[in-house]
Amino acid sequence: MNKIIEMEFFSENVAKIILEAPDIAKSRKAGHFVIIRMDEKGERIPLTIADGDPEKGTITLVVQKVGVSSAKLLAKKVGDEILDVVGPLGHATHIENYGTVLCAGGGVGVAPMMPIVKALKEAGNKVITVLAGRTKELIILEDEMRAYSDEVMIMTDDGSYGKKGLVTAGMEDVIQREKVNKAFVIGPAIMMKFGSLTTKKYNIPTDVSLNTIMVDGTGMCGACRVSIGGKTKFVCVDGPEFDAFEVNWDEMMTRMGAYKTEEHAAYEKYLQTVEKKA
Amino acid sequence: MENIAEYIKEGRKEAWRAELRKSMKPKERTSLERVQMREQDGEERSHNSMEVNLGLTEQMAVAESHRCLDCPQPTCTIGCPVGINIPKFIKKIEAQDFLGAAAAIKETNALPAVCGRVCPQEKQCELNCFYTQKLNLPPIAIGHLERFAADYERNSGKMAIPEISESNGIKVAVVGSGPSGLAAAGDLAKFGYDVTVFEALHEIGGVLKYGIPEFRLPNDIVDVEIENMRKMGVKFLTDFIVGKTASFEDLREQGFKAFFVGSGAGLPRFMNIPGENYNGIFSSNEYLTRVNLMKAAHEDYDTPVLSGKNVAVVGGGNTAMDSVRTAKRLGADRAMIIYRRSLEEMPARKEEVHHAQAEGIEFMNLHNPVEYFADENGRVNKMRVQKMELGEPDASGRRRPIPIEGSEFDIDVDTVVVAVGVSPNPIVPSSLKDLKMSDWGTIIVDKETMQSSIPDIFAGGDIVRGGATVILAMGDGRKAAVGIHNYIQEKVAK
Repeated sequence: MNKIIEMEFFSENVAKIILEAPDIAKSRKAGHFVIIRMDEKGERIPLTIADGDPEKGTITLVVQKVGVSSAKLLAKKVGDEILDVVGPLGHATHIENYGTVLCAGGGVGVAPMMPIVKALKEAGNKVITVLAGRTKELIILEDEMRAYSDEVMIMTDDGSYGKKGLVTAGMEDVIQREKVNKAFVIGPAIMMKFGSLTTKKYNIPTDVSLNTIMVDGTGMCGACRVSIGGKTKFVCVDGPEFDAFEVNWDEMMTRMGAYKTEEHAAYEKYLQTVEKKA
Repeated sequence: MENIAEYIKEGRKEAWRAELRKSMKPKERTSLERVQMREQDGEERSHNSMEVNLGLTEQMAVAESHRCLDCPQPTCTIGCPVGINIPKFIKKIEAQDFLGAAAAIKETNALPAVCGRVCPQEKQCELNCFYTQKLNLPPIAIGHLERFAADYERNSGKMAIPEISESNGIKVAVVGSGPSGLAAAGDLAKFGYDVTVFEALHEIGGVLKYGIPEFRLPNDIVDVEIENMRKMGVKFLTDFIVGKTASFEDLREQGFKAFFVGSGAGLPRFMNIPGENYNGIFSSNEYLTRVNLMKAAHEDYDTPVLSGKNVAVVGGGNTAMDSVRTAKRLGADRAMIIYRRSLEEMPARKEEVHHAQAEGIEFMNLHNPVEYFADENGRVNKMRVQKMELGEPDASGRRRPIPIEGSEFDIDVDTVVVAVGVSPNPIVPSSLKDLKMSDWGTIIVDKETMQSSIPDIFAGGDIVRGGATVILAMGDGRKAAVGIHNYIQEKVAK
């Protein structure tokens, strides 16, 4: 059982959750994720760890409401407990002093980017961060990112905050302006695909963090498999971070939609039961 | 119990055994017919998830026990990886001391109700039975009798806890709660150790829970055996991955003196053929985990599973049988096995193949998939298979399947389950730099002590074997418990 210590809503559908997980808080590094299961009947879902405090024994997750499980999680209150939290899973991010690093985060992808930015800065890199979202309220963790980045650029699709335009436009600006040695792109699959097409044009080595469907998260089921450089890899044990130029994005996006019909039906049903209770 | 053969022989001399032997002539015993397991009707059970085999009645069990000759040199016991005193427990059944029979099994087997259901007895004890070897008659139904004794004890409400040595307070960690881990934990507890079992998943039981379906091994039965182990003082920690949540070094600092690693076969194998990553194509691990562990077929559980109408399962082992029979139960109109060898060469238990046939499973033997096709949404809708013929025997002694050029044809499918084996789980080995591994990713151990290249780490089950049976894993766990016991007595206790 893992108690929720703190909850902060960034917008209606996105919240930061700090929960008790003392062992994981001690052993986690940038890039790691956890699998959580809300209750006896819940499914196992992967969530990247955004931060951790080994002293307090807590980890931070940022969750966006996309279906039944995330909706249930966001409906929890401080003091409630989550039945299962297991991790840290996956390989930690490979951190070294690359020189200048461009970190592009889209939507809730900014959360897993946070510990990477922090670690890169600590390793002596010049870190330029591009935060992107559809609109102002979807830009998250700006203050935290500013604390660890040499420069933060904000991009919104509608121009309600920062510059108007897609994340790729912001990335191009930076790359045109100065030499970038390495890039990290994390966000929705489509954003990572186009983000890495941008860096590829300039031959900047780029890592992405994939968030595929998983069941166990320990290499057992293969639900998370993706083609990396033409070979099948498991995101949970071989990733979650991969060389962006090797990822078969179209296959990955198709696989992420494997349960679209079921997920949609389940969410509709969930909303009905919630309304009934209300 | 240093020498199992000696111990088994000694027991035979006891007066009650001699008495029983005299009570019936060997000729009469051998003239009796082997008992038939009661089972649910094939058509009916293909629509429910209840257990297929219904067990023996007391009368049936006693009648079957009369067939056993209580041989002077029992060969059945040689075939048992955990060294069960088979004649003793069968004669206890003949004497109608059913609880005594259960106790006799539990002297060496921590999970009798499990083994009585899923062991391949026909390749072990029953294969070595005097009836099979010398009389050319059906063997004593040792597996059915084991299940009977275990079920009788459980239903009696008088489950006995094995005798445990006085606690020595020495902490031992067991990594993984599958069959090898449970067997090791049980024996280590008996030796008096303070045992903690660390499990990565949220449920205890490993493959017994996520892999083997309810209709073959109900979860309740596994839970009763686990509960018994708790009573023996074994502690269980779920959601804990040794090597990730905490390192071996962290646990050493917490006072653990030795480790048994039974982390199992992790990575499912695929065939690396075109289209294998289309939606609707699962590994058997994923398919079975969704249904068994996550209860995806239950309306009120959140985990989904794609329940197809035309389901093809690729493979010929027990996992393939479990998958295809699960597909039928989830409502498939057509549930078929695609296997590259012939029916006779399938590695699955004969009993499971027969069960599958009775449930309307189609068998496409001597066929092998070569490519998959999908609809516009990326969901598989066709598989291309190639016909095979049998050539000369290969390394496994079975005739090698050879593709017949130009024999390809397409089958409509909407779900495919790939059950062609697993590779060992990489998480534990990758967290230990000095651990010696084989080229196949298995941990190298001493065959007698199960000790790895790191002295305080022992291992067994699929992480050592690469893919075997529940009972072989349990045998490893028991051996390792002795290995750990000797190691600690020599190195640590001094």
